[in-house]
Amino acid sequence: MMRCRKCGGRAVINMRQHKLALCKEHFLEWIPEQTERFIQKYRMFTREDKILVAVSGGKDSLSLWDILSRLGYQADGLYIALGIEGENGYSAESRRLVESFAKARNLSLHIVDIPAEYGYSVPDLAALARRGRDKPCSVCGLVKRHEMNRIARDFGYTVLATGHNLDDEAAVLFSNTLHWAGEYLMRQSPVLEESPGLARKVKPLFRFYEREMAAYALMRGIEYIYEECPYAEGATTIYYKELLNALEHEKPGAKLSFYLSFLKAKQEGLFAQKTEDIVATLHPCPRCGQPTSAPDLCSFCRLMDKAKQAAESA
Amino acid sequence: MVTLILRKKTYEVRAGMTLRSALEKIGVLPESVLALREGEIIPDDEILREGETIRLIAVISGG
Repeated sequence: MMRCRKCGGRAVINMRQHKLALCKEHFLEWIPEQTERFIQKYRMFTREDKILVAVSGGKDSLSLWDILSRLGYQADGLYIALGIEGENGYSAESRRLVESFAKARNLSLHIVDIPAEYGYSVPDLAALARRGRDKPCSVCGLVKRHEMNRIARDFGYTVLATGHNLDDEAAVLFSNTLHWAGEYLMRQSPVLEESPGLARKVKPLFRFYEREMAAYALMRGIEYIYEECPYAEGATTIYYKELLNALEHEKPGAKLSFYLSFLKAKQEGLFAQKTEDIVATLHPCPRCGQPTSAPDLCSFCRLMDKAKQAAESA
Repeated sequence: MVTLILRKKTYEVRAGMTLRSALEKIGVLPESVLALREGEIIPDDEILREGETIRLIAVISGG
């Protein structure tokens, strides 16, 4: 029988990359303790910061909100209703779970309803603007980023926190490396400092494996949406995660080391600094005011115009 | 026999083996799932018992 390293009791989880097995009680203590350590180590935020946590109803973002409020941070939630249906009413169910999570813990939640606010669901926007073929994922990302930045700015949040875990980050790094996507590699980081018009962006869970976050949610009794977004089926990210897990299976710690070595290499100057040039060319979008590198309207406002024109001419 | 359920798929393995061996046998990476016995997470070295049903929770999500 595997034993908990802290108390010698029956372990329920074994984290081979840390050579650490823990019982339920000590695992539920360990995750918030480690999160606090990473918040400090990477200078993410302090208890004076006003934090907006982007919550989707999934295990990672709800666990993040749970952990930050347990640690005594001022963390409010933001749920973006995308209007995605699928077999089980994906958006409606995830919204119900987020609302019930916030209510049970007396936490403050902002809800942005995209179809109510802009007249179209995310899949409709993608179809009208003819973007992403049969998948609305890139439009979804664009809309979510725009709305997160908007709510953070309008309500005076200094920090925007997302629930990305190590598997998410390692899969993106893997993809960026396969494509040698220099600008994306430069920007990939657990902390993106604030800039004019944009709050600081942080990923406090970036060192935890996805399996650990699912275990935390289950052990803590957090009800999260288990069904995938209907558009995620066959997603390349999932394939990359499986590949990395096959590697992890043979070499425990390989995923963690892949990502942490990348951060270290970047810190030591492996990549040439180009970010300043990019930032220097940003200007506020004449309509919504968000920073953009496009010559006129930002990509979000152009998407909305294109969708409206397509709907009117249909 | 022991029944393992992952999403809509059902697998059967012999009792008496560890969870880790059972997962290897059915071709599921232990890194990609959590196993629940009566709602409680069990570790990889747990011996599976005759007649029980183990629910496997996929931990990988897209996006």
